[in-house]
Amino acid sequence: MSAADLSVLRRPNDRLRRRRLVSRGMELLAWLAAAVAVAILGIVVWSVAKRGASELNLDLLTKPVVPFAAPDVTQGLANAFAGTLVMVGLATLMALPVGILIAIYVNEFAPRVIRRGLGLTLDILNGVPAIVIGIFVFGLLVVSHGQSGFAGGVALAVLMLPLVARSTIEVLLLVPGSLREAALGVGAPRWRTTLGIVLPQAVGGIVTGAVLAVARVAGETAPLLFVSSVGVSSGADWNPAHALQSVPVAIFELSDTGVPSDTARAWAAAFVLLMFILVTSLTARWLANRSRRKLQRVA
Amino acid sequence: MSTLDTTAGTARRPFTGRRAHLGDIILQGAAALAALGAVVVVVLIVYKVVQGSRLSLSTFGLSFLTTTGWDPVHQQFGAANFLFGTAVTSFGALLLATPLALGIALFLTELAPGWIRGPVTALVETLAAIPSVVMGLWGIIVLAPVLRDHVMPALHSALGFIPLFGPSTTGATIFTAIVVLTIMILPIISSISRELFLGVPAELKEAALGLGVTRWEMVRGVIFPYARGGVASAMILGLGRALGEAVAVFYVIGAFNGPIHANLFGPGNTIGAWLASEYSNAGSKLEVSSLFYLGLILLVFSLLVNLLAQVIVRRVARRQGVVTP
Repeated sequence: MSAADLSVLRRPNDRLRRRRLVSRGMELLAWLAAAVAVAILGIVVWSVAKRGASELNLDLLTKPVVPFAAPDVTQGLANAFAGTLVMVGLATLMALPVGILIAIYVNEFAPRVIRRGLGLTLDILNGVPAIVIGIFVFGLLVVSHGQSGFAGGVALAVLMLPLVARSTIEVLLLVPGSLREAALGVGAPRWRTTLGIVLPQAVGGIVTGAVLAVARVAGETAPLLFVSSVGVSSGADWNPAHALQSVPVAIFELSDTGVPSDTARAWAAAFVLLMFILVTSLTARWLANRSRRKLQRVA
Repeated sequence: MSTLDTTAGTARRPFTGRRAHLGDIILQGAAALAALGAVVVVVLIVYKVVQGSRLSLSTFGLSFLTTTGWDPVHQQFGAANFLFGTAVTSFGALLLATPLALGIALFLTELAPGWIRGPVTALVETLAAIPSVVMGLWGIIVLAPVLRDHVMPALHSALGFIPLFGPSTTGATIFTAIVVLTIMILPIISSISRELFLGVPAELKEAALGLGVTRWEMVRGVIFPYARGGVASAMILGLGRALGEAVAVFYVIGAFNGPIHANLFGPGNTIGAWLASEYSNAGSKLEVSSLFYLGLILLVFSLLVNLLAQVIVRRVARRQGVVTP
């Protein structure tokens, strides 16, 4: 064998060079894709902040949205904030206990076939478009009783239910089986084991799951359009029997009028909503990771 | 041994199996009731939406799906253009989002340095948390002018011979809706893909790299085939999200109810966008019922999408159960 033959082995030939080039190119594209996604988030947050932050003032909290008001009337978003608080609060009251109970049933009681069926049911419920849930509640409550904050709460609760149930199921799965067996082994009945041992272990994860679900439904417009969107009041309205305004619907309606002061308030509301959602969901995610690590250490 | 004897002798209560505590019965009953509640809600959604659309169903039947036009004066309603717009925007978004999402997932699992993975994963998933009303407002005020002035003219002059890339008039177009939907479904596909890629056994990847293939060839030959089914179901879930989006699309698509056209750079409409715009306008019973009918179409789409994703996941799980040890 001559020396020239060996150098061919050592030097990458054209084919190999091309393969490496393709690989490098693909790696570059993957880096770019990630950079694009992060950049889009940055651009959205920055452009909402730029337009919304300067419009923040105390009138937003004290004065209501008045549709078709004279241009010299100072307006705010008071009833939108109140309505969102009422409806999201109602939704949480309805969806949280039911969601946790579903998770308990799935993890502690259900036979395998039923567990699978319930998983599919929750997936289907989660996949129903938000606007269809609005139409559903419109047919269920609004056709007979008119728009109300209560109906809005029901619509948001339907959206929240699969989120809460899913996240709770996942947390309960992380609770080590040995804890359950230990409790049952010393003679504790099943209900005390579940409520006294399993749930307290998982409470951190359940709360963060609930917070994420609240952040998600607080920004939903579509389910409220048919259900609670005609709210007109002179101040903050807290009565769920009335049709209530809400922050997302206020953004939707104010950005559509073409009046500059309305548009300004739409951006202010969008800024407040976006900040609320980003802060709560990032905090909740961070807490969830921490509590998951803690649970895994116990296991 | 004496200890053995005592255990037999001191058993005060004979073991009779598990006794049913009242607490057990109550908790299990309440939990089962809640689970039944979830099933009832799904059934009730289907029932109420079908019930609401009955009048329109009996008036128009399936021709609702093939006629275009929303005419309250003559009480003629059709959904063909909405169906077309929904299909074009959703599949367009899927086409743009999938390669991007796979790139992000590969970056997060194979390329990114350790310290960057956590933050970038969180940021990409935060993209999914932006409310659709904010996405829509941003889309029409910030994104649409950029697309109208820079992206669409460039694509038109380069590819204008294809009817899809016709002349652009405003920023509120089908293309703008596609871009906004792409941003919204990107985090869904990328986060599921990321988890799938993490699940690829390290020994398979190492074996491939040990044979001397490049990193991309390893991705193509090992990771993609392993995760194929999961990625397909992630794409379907992303598609489902895009199909049902209402408010964000309403902002950017231009609410055009004229005849169906191929130009992506012209205005259009989707089922969701039309529902979001008509919530306060619907007058006659037939019109309200036709809105329910539109909702029914979306509901059927979402059910099909979910079942399809389930079937794919099951099939892949079974196949991989055979292949992997």
